[in-house]
Amino acid sequence: MGKIIELKKVNKWFDKFQVLKDIDLEVAPQEKIVICGPSGSGKSTLIRCINRLEEHQEGNIIVDGTELAENTKNIEKIRAEVGMVFQQFNLFPHLSILDNCTLAPIWVKKLPKKEAEEVAMKNLTRVQIDDQALKFPGQLSGGQQQRAAIARALCMEPKIMLFDEPTSALDPEMIKEVLDVMVDLAKGGMTMIVVTHEMGFAKEVADYMIFMDEGKIVERAKTKEFFENPKSDRTKLFLSQIL
Amino acid sequence: MNIISKPSKENIKSYLPIGITLIFLSLLDVFVNAFFNYNLLGFFPSQISYFLPLVFGFIGLYLIRIEFSGIRSLDILNKNINSNNFNAFLTLLTLFILIKSIPPLLNWFILDANFVGNTKEDCTGDGACWVFIKVWFNRFMYGLYPDAEQWRINTAFLILFTIVGVSFFVSAKLKKYFILFLIFIYPFLGIELISGGGFGLKYVETAAWGGLSLTFIISAFAILFCFPIGVFLALGRRSTLPAIRYISIGFIELWRGVPLITVLFMSAVMFPMFLPDGTFIDKLIRVLIAITLFEAAYMAEVVRGGLQALPKGQYEAAKSLGMGYWRMNVLIILPQALKLVIPGIANTLLALVKDTPLIFVVGLMELAGMIGLAKTNPKWLGMAMEGYVFAGLVFWIICYAMSRYSQNLEKKLSTER
Repeated sequence: MGKIIELKKVNKWFDKFQVLKDIDLEVAPQEKIVICGPSGSGKSTLIRCINRLEEHQEGNIIVDGTELAENTKNIEKIRAEVGMVFQQFNLFPHLSILDNCTLAPIWVKKLPKKEAEEVAMKNLTRVQIDDQALKFPGQLSGGQQQRAAIARALCMEPKIMLFDEPTSALDPEMIKEVLDVMVDLAKGGMTMIVVTHEMGFAKEVADYMIFMDEGKIVERAKTKEFFENPKSDRTKLFLSQIL
Repeated sequence: MNIISKPSKENIKSYLPIGITLIFLSLLDVFVNAFFNYNLLGFFPSQISYFLPLVFGFIGLYLIRIEFSGIRSLDILNKNINSNNFNAFLTLLTLFILIKSIPPLLNWFILDANFVGNTKEDCTGDGACWVFIKVWFNRFMYGLYPDAEQWRINTAFLILFTIVGVSFFVSAKLKKYFILFLIFIYPFLGIELISGGGFGLKYVETAAWGGLSLTFIISAFAILFCFPIGVFLALGRRSTLPAIRYISIGFIELWRGVPLITVLFMSAVMFPMFLPDGTFIDKLIRVLIAITLFEAAYMAEVVRGGLQALPKGQYEAAKSLGMGYWRMNVLIILPQALKLVIPGIANTLLALVKDTPLIFVVGLMELAGMIGLAKTNPKWLGMAMEGYVFAGLVFWIICYAMSRYSQNLEKKLSTER
């Protein structure tokens, strides 16, 4: 199977502090990968490098056959193919949920308005907030907002979805509704990279687990093996604390 | 302290009437004194009679300060203007000052003022001589613009107000064309109409323009152009490209650091020296450009404040959807940032309108300038007060209208909360 994301020897520094150290990572189409690790381990930075919200300084990142480099046109093309869901939702507060979903398809993909609205309603139905389409983000609960954010990303019909701690800012009882949407998405065959601490979710959908610490990938293993028989001591310690 | 027990619900029956009577007496005394110049309490020694209303009112207010009296209007009154001794004192003082100052103002403005006649000699009363404003009204509105051609200014403004007025009632789709017309066609149409020189209209040089119409022309043009320039400068100052950033910073700091009066003076006197011989740019246009660039620098900093207030996540979300720099700014960032800084924008634009009188330094005379000219007319000496009160009133009406409009806009655009 071909690779849709390839990271080769990626290094990144914030000033003098090295956040990513020699990261190698390959993701095949339709694979689901969950990245976990202590805070400050570089996991968010890693997935933000994949759609170049952060720039890496050394190494290569190739997404869907296109290398991420200075070329602005390439970056915008990649970003249109890679959906991202943020911890803080980042919906556009001045637009209704429907407009949030149709804005990028209309202006970036040049979809006619009517078609964009059909796509948006389809995705909003999928995340079960089609009845909130005309409301503004501020009128929705956290869980609803995050589902709207997922729908907004899906409206660009991305090949890859990145989730940056999507449930960390939510009340416990809203976490499930968001995870349900993500499980549904995973079963639909989407390529997903998820940074999360929800180990139940990881066990259910992940093909591979990645454990990061201090900017390095400490362990990469099949999900079952990762939980039942972790190799490194650092992983064992982390799992014992979190499970 | 058993002689006067604390006002409470038990003694409300006796305290309330006494308190109200005392307050009434004190206000009546000040009122009669102010309007009829007669001192009711004159039989007291003068020092005492001066303070007596205050003392009466103070005791009266104390007596009616009854908590949970059960009378709703009394409770509201106590809570708002009579909650403690200090507030009671301030309340009385405010009332006295109001009562004392209204009669002289009323006399000057209306009762003793002169409205009929055509010359200064017709003003025989003690009050304001509004005849001055009446006689000069035409000049105050149109400056030295020829009387026979004034319909052109009227038409230009009528078209403007009609379009703006109608645009409030049409659908969003039509509104777009109205706005495009206002920005790209109307300025040239309006200038052609007022300036003349084509279409069989007599040419009127800009030196003859003046009065309130010039105030409007300068304000409208400066507002129209300083806004987009300011937005571009604000974006430029936050650009990642060093050349654009430093040019923006340099421009903003240069214009912000120089007084407007200097800028105007330079535009009128120094600038022509740098032009090649034979080229000529009209004085009014130079002044317009100067004011526009000056206010654009201020506008840029106001808008930058809004840009900085937006969370980083908004930029990231827009980028992650594949939007480039311009789409991100036009669709996501600016709509939110500008909405945040509406009060600041209104501030800058109000300052702009009120700065227009400064163009007198280059010999152009808008409303305040025309008044300055009229008051030095030998036949109308000593009319400065009337003139500037009139100017103040007109500017206040304009600025208050703008302020109200900005408040409405703020309310209309607040969607998220």
